[in-house]
Amino acid sequence: MYMFLAITAALFVAVILVLVRLFAGPTLYDRVLAANTFGTLTVLILSALGFVTERPDFLDIAMLYALVNFVSTIAILKFVRYRSFGRIRPETEDR
Amino acid sequence: MNANLVGIAIIDIVFFTLLVLTAVAIIRQRSLFAVAMLSGVFSLLSAGLFVTLDAMDVAFTEAAVGAGISTVLMLGTLALTDKDEMKRKRSALLPLLVCFVAGAALIYGTLDMPPFGAADNPVQTHVAPEYIERTPAEIGIPNIVAAVLASYRGFDTMGEVVVVFAALVGVLLMLGTTGRPSGKRKE
Repeated sequence: MYMFLAITAALFVAVILVLVRLFAGPTLYDRVLAANTFGTLTVLILSALGFVTERPDFLDIAMLYALVNFVSTIAILKFVRYRSFGRIRPETEDR
Repeated sequence: MNANLVGIAIIDIVFFTLLVLTAVAIIRQRSLFAVAMLSGVFSLLSAGLFVTLDAMDVAFTEAAVGAGISTVLMLGTLALTDKDEMKRKRSALLPLLVCFVAGAALIYGTLDMPPFGAADNPVQTHVAPEYIERTPAEIGIPNIVAAVLASYRGFDTMGEVVVVFAALVGVLLMLGTTGRPSGKRKE
């Protein structure tokens, strides 16, 4: 149990580093990458917390977060590239 | 068990600290794209808090809606507006005062509440035992929250789904799906 608490503490340190990059992040891509990494860290923290509280069935939620994180990162990057989510107009394709 | 509780308390405090930091960053940030990212992070942090409170279904909803869909909706809105927030002209003193008064009223309202997690709270003694007793026999699934939401309050949940669907259709009709008209795109 103490090992999982130590893991959680280390993950929180990583979260703080990622948040610093997200708050300061000079370019847009720093922020996208930081948001994506933050989602991954949330998944890891939830898994570790599940073992700390001796209820590893939290792993289901961790899986959901991983999927949501993946989809929203794709959506964000598509938005950054084309400025829209729907139909991609031909003249915007070669940027 | 006691060490567990202390650990969970520490985790809660860390989550709340990060939540406050994120909220301050959202207020101070001028770039709206960064604000959209940060609000996604805010929802993920609150979903983590819901998990430490054992509210798994709320955490599911917060993660799927808050971090996923609403970030995408905000970015869709961003395609129709400017990239940066306008400078505010008036001072923020009056809104700050209103916030403090409302917050103080809310905290005053919680003073009457029964202690958190006590065994003889009304929530523990009123209808919850009945659900716990009847669910295995009547519904037969292990998750009692799911049984209450999907079966005992099934019509209520269906109404909620209809409302959410109507709201989504309204937002999509308002935003459209194609963003700015072509040729007026800003870099």
